[in-house]
Amino acid sequence: MASCGGGGGECHQSHCQRSEEDGGAEEETRERVASLSFAGDSPTSSATGDGALERCTKCGETVAAAAPRAVNGLCAACFRAYLFGKFKLAVTTNAMISPTDNVLVAFSGGPASRIALQFVHEMQCISLKNWDASKSQALPVFGVGVAFIDESAISIGPLHEMNKVIAQIRSIVSTLSPAHKELHIAPIENICSTSSNDGRIRLNELLDSVTDATGKEDFMKYLRMLTLQKIALDNGYSKLLLGSCTSTIACHVISATVKGQGYSLPGDVQYVDARWEVPVVLPLRDCTAEELNKLCHLDGLELLQLIKRPSNSINSLVSSFVARLRDENPSRERTIVRTAEKLRPFCFNKFVENTYHEFVPSRLRCKFQNINNSETALSEVLCPLCGSPLSEPEVQSLRNIQEKTQTPVENFAAHCCQSCSFQILPKGAESLQQFYTVLPQSVTVRVTDGTSDHSQLGELIDDYLLVVDDDDDDGT
Amino acid sequence: MEEGGATARPRRATGRLCSTCNQRKAALKRPKTLEQICRECFYSVFEDEIHNVIMDNNLFKPGERVAVAASGGKDSTVLAYVMSELNRRHNYGLDLFLLSVDEGITGYRDDSLETVKRNEIEYGLPLKVVSYKDLYGWTMDEIVKTIGLKNNCTFCGVFRRQALDRGAALLKADKLVTGHNADDIAETVLLNILRGDIARLSRCTFITTGEDGPIPRCKPFKYTYEKEIVMYAYFKKLDYFSTECIYSPNAYRGFAREFIKDLERMRPRAILDIIRSGENFRTATSTKMPEQGTCERCGYISSQKLCKACLLLEGLNRGLPKLGIGRARGTNGLNKRVEQRNLRSERTGSNIESKQCGTLDF
Repeated sequence: MASCGGGGGECHQSHCQRSEEDGGAEEETRERVASLSFAGDSPTSSATGDGALERCTKCGETVAAAAPRAVNGLCAACFRAYLFGKFKLAVTTNAMISPTDNVLVAFSGGPASRIALQFVHEMQCISLKNWDASKSQALPVFGVGVAFIDESAISIGPLHEMNKVIAQIRSIVSTLSPAHKELHIAPIENICSTSSNDGRIRLNELLDSVTDATGKEDFMKYLRMLTLQKIALDNGYSKLLLGSCTSTIACHVISATVKGQGYSLPGDVQYVDARWEVPVVLPLRDCTAEELNKLCHLDGLELLQLIKRPSNSINSLVSSFVARLRDENPSRERTIVRTAEKLRPFCFNKFVENTYHEFVPSRLRCKFQNINNSETALSEVLCPLCGSPLSEPEVQSLRNIQEKTQTPVENFAAHCCQSCSFQILPKGAESLQQFYTVLPQSVTVRVTDGTSDHSQLGELIDDYLLVVDDDDDDGT
Repeated sequence: MEEGGATARPRRATGRLCSTCNQRKAALKRPKTLEQICRECFYSVFEDEIHNVIMDNNLFKPGERVAVAASGGKDSTVLAYVMSELNRRHNYGLDLFLLSVDEGITGYRDDSLETVKRNEIEYGLPLKVVSYKDLYGWTMDEIVKTIGLKNNCTFCGVFRRQALDRGAALLKADKLVTGHNADDIAETVLLNILRGDIARLSRCTFITTGEDGPIPRCKPFKYTYEKEIVMYAYFKKLDYFSTECIYSPNAYRGFAREFIKDLERMRPRAILDIIRSGENFRTATSTKMPEQGTCERCGYISSQKLCKACLLLEGLNRGLPKLGIGRARGTNGLNKRVEQRNLRSERTGSNIESKQCGTLDF
């Protein structure tokens, strides 16, 4: 079914009679991207046909037949500039990186995180040049580090493969000069225990007790985030940068919907996620996986070939569904993300005010939470496993359980969102207890019991209390 | 409790007892929960769940005249059966009757209408039929002949909605009930996400809609699985018409439907989870939502100057089949589109059938 996709804007398919009159002024860039990315797909799609010289639609440069095939109607240089432009726009509009920041880039070896690393490096080089050239050198240049999670403890590949992979990463990072970047390789089992062997055992025990295939995958994802947070905290990083692109986020929108996480979904799709101790930023949010793949190919960027374990989960079902949609209409991923953008984000989707806040241009001040507004401070209860804010009914059932006396395990389980409760927590009191004991401490400490909330409230009004009333144990 | 789909269990264990009554032999596995259950307990749990949905959501008041939208298909047949059964059993005090729409699709609708006429006799509910021909002057057969198979579902869906409202008004009904089931609503949630339709996304999980319009309509089957409806009809040997509409193969909904079928196999509760997600979506305050007004021509509820049905009809009658299909561009979208279409059809001598591209719209 060779429909042109109907995304609006000009369509290059020769038999399509739609023309520019259908394109709206609004969202023109998006539509151009849609038609552009489709036009670049098949060799027969260019209007001029194979072999003929094509002109870059932006700079008008003729792209010789021998040169890398013109991508999306753009020459390689313009395409690169276009993607970097999106990255830079996301960073500046959302005040993602300040000069005093130390940014940790999560590197998985795939095209998206490779581009993220490359672009951050280029931004850093530009800042460095400016700093060199400036007389006062008042504002420092932000620092960049790279983190890679070593999952050989649970992988199916042979062990020596991981050594090769690590050597490859080191060589990639070393090419990013002049500014030095610290490389952190963290084995995933470290989250469970500092001793490697013990960690391995505990991690595997944890994973074995999660019987649902999707739950297991998602649990791994949450452990990865915890590992990244740990690396960032231990090494003094102030921001965590992920290469999550439009395609990843589109898949997440659908899978979160399918798992009943409609309430918490908006919090995961924004540029900024400040619910973590080290805020997470997603500057590649507006680039599709296809675009990032193309750029890696064009620039000859080295990617890691990591063995992927076969998956029979809802996540992989969603991936293939989105891939089918993308084949039918390349701009579908962007539309899915845009729908999620129209949902209400959470207060943690803005940065918390900090000392740098004063240097931020006033038009960007709105990107920061107003701490004095008490509503933002403690409004959401977060699931200790996935970090999702609990919806009203979930909070209600949590409070109901907290009113009765409960064990730490029961309290923990009550704090988990319904999705994690269903797909991750083991059923049965004994297995749940066992699971809880093996859980990393960084997970279990995220849960408060009902009483500590009360003392926090007491602290807030401490100045005004005349009598300390110990008899009041209502907890409300 | 619920069983996850990932654990292996022996299928069709012989001699297994119903997990609810532990007396009778299990006859089926419940699609919603995978529990093994006998026929009688299945009927009970099926009917009770619907009764609870009706009670919890205060769907009806005693003495109301309620039109049951009946197509002759499994959903509406089971709906008519269960509604009249529950009305009797729990004394809802409702005045029920059947309302059917004749879209004028030969070989499909004329057959299914026969089924509805049999239902009228079998369930003792009076029947009213309204037809596209009478209301709009066009049958679906004629429409498809004019516009082809790309956007025909759009026309049919829009026209049917109005047809039901008008039929219900003719019957002086207080409410309309439709047989939309959990699968339908889950598909709609997904489709609205795919289409970027935030306005519909925020409304599509409401169990009652149109309270501020001519006739409120509700969906008692909102949490009922399609498979369970089929099972109920099968075991109760209810009379229904089971062929798919002959014009439907190209409907975009098929994408979502296939995905949901795969999903249900992996995790049955996912269908209800999608609905729950849909209920929990909160629109950002900055998002602009369409304002609700009335159609200038026919007075029907509409967010634009002309309601969709009038717009589509206009297109049909003026030989502009794309009118109302695709995105509108601002308030003078209608005028602008009409000009452009006139220009284009003059220029290209447009052959409607050859138009490859179209956008989703329904």
